[in-house]
Amino acid sequence: MSARWAILAGKVVALVLFAVFLALLPNWISDIRAQQFAYVGIFFIAILGLNIVTGYAGQISLGHGAFMAIGGYTTAILVSGGPKALPGFAEGSEYLNLWPDFLEGGFKDLYTIPIGALVAGIAGLAFGLPALRLPGLYLALVTFGFAIAVPQVIRYLDGVSGGTAGIQLFGNPNLTGATANKVDLPGRTVTFNEWLYHLTWAIALVLLVVAWILLASRFGRALRAVRDNEVAAAASGISLARYKTLAFGVSAVYAGIAGSLYAIANTFVNPETFRADLSLALVIGAAVAGLGWLSGLFVGALFVYFLENVASLDFLPNGIESALKTPGVPDMVYGVVLIAVMLALPFGVGGGLTRLFRPITNRLYTRGS
Amino acid sequence: MADLVQQVVAGLASGGIFASLALALVLIYRATGIVNFAQGELAMVSTFVSWELIERGLAFWLAFFLTLAISFVIGVVIERVVIRPVEGRPVLTGVIVTLGLLVFCNGFAFWVWGGDVKNYPSGFSTRTIDVAGVAISVQDLGVIAVTLVAVALLYAFFQLTKLGLGMRAAALNPDASRLVGIRVGWMLALGWGLAAVLGAISGMLVAPTVLLDPNMMRPVLLYAIAAAVLGGLTSPGGAVVGGLALGVTLNLLTAYGDVPSSLRLPVALALILVVLLIRPAGLFGRVALRRV
Repeated sequence: MSARWAILAGKVVALVLFAVFLALLPNWISDIRAQQFAYVGIFFIAILGLNIVTGYAGQISLGHGAFMAIGGYTTAILVSGGPKALPGFAEGSEYLNLWPDFLEGGFKDLYTIPIGALVAGIAGLAFGLPALRLPGLYLALVTFGFAIAVPQVIRYLDGVSGGTAGIQLFGNPNLTGATANKVDLPGRTVTFNEWLYHLTWAIALVLLVVAWILLASRFGRALRAVRDNEVAAAASGISLARYKTLAFGVSAVYAGIAGSLYAIANTFVNPETFRADLSLALVIGAAVAGLGWLSGLFVGALFVYFLENVASLDFLPNGIESALKTPGVPDMVYGVVLIAVMLALPFGVGGGLTRLFRPITNRLYTRGS
Repeated sequence: MADLVQQVVAGLASGGIFASLALALVLIYRATGIVNFAQGELAMVSTFVSWELIERGLAFWLAFFLTLAISFVIGVVIERVVIRPVEGRPVLTGVIVTLGLLVFCNGFAFWVWGGDVKNYPSGFSTRTIDVAGVAISVQDLGVIAVTLVAVALLYAFFQLTKLGLGMRAAALNPDASRLVGIRVGWMLALGWGLAAVLGAISGMLVAPTVLLDPNMMRPVLLYAIAAAVLGGLTSPGGAVVGGLALGVTLNLLTAYGDVPSSLRLPVALALILVVLLIRPAGLFGRVALRRV
């Protein structure tokens, strides 16, 4: 067996072990912890998507929180049954006439996930088309604006989005298991939180495998060529604009799915749910996970989730926990970690892992040849 | 007609604030190729520093100039400590470091000063004066004047002093500058210091209107980015013109164009996109040539 196959087999085994670990994890943790790990799974998906465009294609997006918002609001609007379910709309008002009747009863939550992905993907393509034709940092500039502007637009379109009050999904019959707090899975019945856990991680693992295959293919090679040397890539016949835009679209799809799941798990959305800082948190997670590596994603997602939700840090020693709960401190930790990672470990956890295994892989290569 | 003049003057005032932050972005972009996303948050921290000084009993203008000096030092120190190590690395790395700075500064301000909105005194009186039958606020005129003086001083510094020449050379061609004995590293640090000063000016000028809190510069940064892209990221003059034009446009749109003020940010974003589509290098920017 050649070294290439041995390394591939090693990676597949690692992935299978990871999947088994995730499947068994709910047995060892409390119900509330299962919900927290469901959110970790959501961040996993969003960071994975961001990593495709930033880590592999080398284009910074500071607006992936906004694509999560698009996915999340798509789900929330469809599940709730749209504007007719929102208070304050008189019969015969303009918005209601635009809303088809058959949507009124609302969609089952699971069906809205692919729709959210599609809408976010289209938004990503439409948005990336102008920004990605230009060299350099323009995507970062434009997406930064997008992240700040989208919550404003959501507030403004209160007829569809519920404005500042948002959309409440709790107790909605379209949401699987939210009211009864139990969901029948094949073989057993689980709580709502555990159901969220299994749902997000099942989707996350599928998306991880899809991303892995995609990035190992011609498409992934083209992205890395664009990242490493645009001129050389173009000279080899790679259309820079096309590949950058495609990568951006794919990553927007990932963010949209994460947003849909977020709306389902949170059972509530409002403009604050997807504020501009969320986009920055995703960039930080991707940098910690390792830009251009998939193996560190879990750590990146854990890091972002627990710093975003300091209330969930109750497992830490008391002193550290209360320090992290002081307003402003989590952001300072974020900033310091991000800068430290970029200065000392520019390839993040994923790159670190690769380095850790290098003695073994090197040996395989020398023996194989 | 009087109303229109008032709106234009108010637009020029807010445009001047965008322009000074945009100029700060352009200074750093020309020198290092990095867009400093932390520029707005650094300005916010500077503004808090000046607020602290005023609270401790300093007169406004004394606190103003003291803050400019402090900001300069902060800018230089940041360049030396966190930007220097990523010099020569991919631009992506540098930009992510500035994002880390952004998040850190925001958290730092929350930690030290809290998230409550604070009143910030203005250095100018709030009354209006009568100019040819049009009532114009002294505050607006003051803001325009301070911005113009800052830009003029900066221009003179770059054109007339040897140090300014050295900084321009270091930005244009670092290798050749090194050969003729310019200390390029220090020129970059100086650039960061000057950018921090410009940012502090914009922060202290905008704080009386938007009130002081750790998130006050987010929208201003977005407008400044829009202004810089409009004028061309490589053109200091373009940044100033872009800032003023954006300020006036937004003000007129809100006053006459029936655009609600909550949509000002999205309008600015749409403007960036349109400019990028029509003139990718901005109104006055250099077109980057690439050969394949």
